[in-house]
Amino acid sequence: MNKMRSSTKIALYIILSLGAISMLIPFLWMAVTSIKQPDEVFAPGGGIQWLPQHFVWRDTVINGTKVRAWWGNYPDAWNEINILRLYLSSIFVAVVGTFGQVLTSSMAAYAFARLQFPGRDKLFFGYLATMMIPGSVTMIPVFVIMKHLHWINTYQALIIPGLFSAYGTFMLRQFFMGLPDDLEDAAKIDGSGYIGIWARVILPLSKPALATLTTFTFMGFWGSYMWPLIVTITDSMRTLPIGLSYFVGQHATNYTQLMAGSMIALIPVLLLFIFNQRYFVEGIKLSGMGGK
Amino acid sequence: MSSKRREALAAYGFLLPNFVGFLAFTSIPVIVSLVMAFTHYNIFKSPSWVGLENFQSLMGFHHESGRLVPNDPFFWQYVYNTIFMMTGIPLGMAGSLFVALMMNQKLRGIVIYRTIYFLPSVCSGVALLILWKYLYNADIGLINSVIRAAGEHIFSNIVTGILFTILCSIIFGLIVVGIVAALLALIQFLCEKLRISWREGLYKACVIAAGAVIFITLAVLGPREHAIISMFFANPPDWLGTVQWAKPSLILMGLWGGLGGYNMILYLAALQGVPTSYYEAAEIDGAGPWAKFWAVTWPMISPTTFFILVMSVIGGFQGGFMTANVMTQGGPAGSTMTVEYYLYQTAFLKFNMGYASAIAWFLFVVIFVLTLMTWKLGGRVVTYE
Repeated sequence: MNKMRSSTKIALYIILSLGAISMLIPFLWMAVTSIKQPDEVFAPGGGIQWLPQHFVWRDTVINGTKVRAWWGNYPDAWNEINILRLYLSSIFVAVVGTFGQVLTSSMAAYAFARLQFPGRDKLFFGYLATMMIPGSVTMIPVFVIMKHLHWINTYQALIIPGLFSAYGTFMLRQFFMGLPDDLEDAAKIDGSGYIGIWARVILPLSKPALATLTTFTFMGFWGSYMWPLIVTITDSMRTLPIGLSYFVGQHATNYTQLMAGSMIALIPVLLLFIFNQRYFVEGIKLSGMGGK
Repeated sequence: MSSKRREALAAYGFLLPNFVGFLAFTSIPVIVSLVMAFTHYNIFKSPSWVGLENFQSLMGFHHESGRLVPNDPFFWQYVYNTIFMMTGIPLGMAGSLFVALMMNQKLRGIVIYRTIYFLPSVCSGVALLILWKYLYNADIGLINSVIRAAGEHIFSNIVTGILFTILCSIIFGLIVVGIVAALLALIQFLCEKLRISWREGLYKACVIAAGAVIFITLAVLGPREHAIISMFFANPPDWLGTVQWAKPSLILMGLWGGLGGYNMILYLAALQGVPTSYYEAAEIDGAGPWAKFWAVTWPMISPTTFFILVMSVIGGFQGGFMTANVMTQGGPAGSTMTVEYYLYQTAFLKFNMGYASAIAWFLFVVIFVLTLMTWKLGGRVVTYE
């Protein structure tokens, strides 16, 4: 495959670039719309109006102080839906939930992969079997449980049902099985207990698998929509996706502010991805091993 | 205490947190859900047993003035919607494979392209749906602005207008022929695997005949096409607001988002795993790129294709809630309502938990049967090393 003709190369670059442009244009349009004034989204004469005709400097409020800015949609959106609060909720839920899930999964995976105990294979098969159950089946009873525990509209409801993952256990078990025995044996001779081996031998050796599980779990909590929608009631408990969707419902015609709000929601995730994309790519490859 | 017992005790200790959560939030809820499906339950009053009534009113049919009518017409409409939306799966897989094949070439700067193509997947979520809601907006949306601007340029001149109509017809015709050819190829492939004889040359003859019929029809209907296309460009539809365009619009959005996403990375990994010696052997036999793809690449990546297909079908059946909830609220006229949305509506807006559990179990059974079937079929058509 190394001896590619330069005409083929150029054709490939052209196709790839066309695709890349079509990937980027929606984001570009979003960015441009987010700094326009509401009357500028309609182009005069029906054509496409890309850039704002003129930057309108107008008053807006940041931290209680008046500021004149042409990017006023951003502070307006920020104030309108209290994005900071939504961000903090989302980050709290995602960080605690991810930490908890990786912790419980790695503990269970260690037992399944490295320890001998009666009923191990049967129990593991039970875990595997439940991976087929669609989330919609368990959702209603779990909601009823939350209701009875009076956990509706609390962080417990947002976090605790997501702490236990058969998938995470499965993935880590597969990885732990492939680790060499010698280090574990050495630690045993040094007098380490099981907790010591798990914490100081298995986990440090499994950084790639833990990193990918962390990435995926975090993305799962971060993007989660249906469950937070069901178990939150007040604005103060909502996570970012729910807050944004309420914003659309209430301000459907305020295009420029909506685009600014969406930009604020997207930018940190984009930056996080661009600097950590290795974990994404490796993680997807690992998760696809199920097909082999 | 013997070391064996100590090891077992330690194992149970490590398992405990996960196992308790597993019982509380997976195993027990599954059983509860099954029981609930046979009850009326609105979470405020205690449930009452109703036997099969929920399933009967959900999936059953009754006679009405001599015709068979579903007890719950909404349900079957939403099942149809859900399956309709899943037509995006094979299209998306073909697109992802195509992108992966390009990404697998040794080109400089390919990582930049990979990053760009992956962007929609990483920000998938409400913000992206909001963006698309306004891209599709009839008045201010980028898509309609582009269509209107292009239409003005093209149809202001009669010659460019006619040429453009011919071009559109040819592209449309090729797409239809392509779909027919793909379907025929699938039939031929299955026939071969199931050892049903398929005469040599029949495939080519079928495709040529279909192509001739399609293109002659298009040529005869030329003037009408011109009228339709110029109307379309002058007055593009309200994509998410009309019944016939809402579902295709959502599918198109899904294709855009999924093209360079998870499936593409999975395909890329599979392509990188094909030993180069296989390609070299095929080259010695005189295979061109096309033959190499069908003889080496396609069979070698078939486990990945199979995996993606199974996962997408499972996901597709229980999907569509977030998209519809943010963009269309299930409308217009329920045309973007999926089974999952119906479940949400029944359980958490109408608090009809029993009925909703019946919907959930319908999903479960469908997914289970489909997975089993594809697994069985997969054993026959997938090549493992």
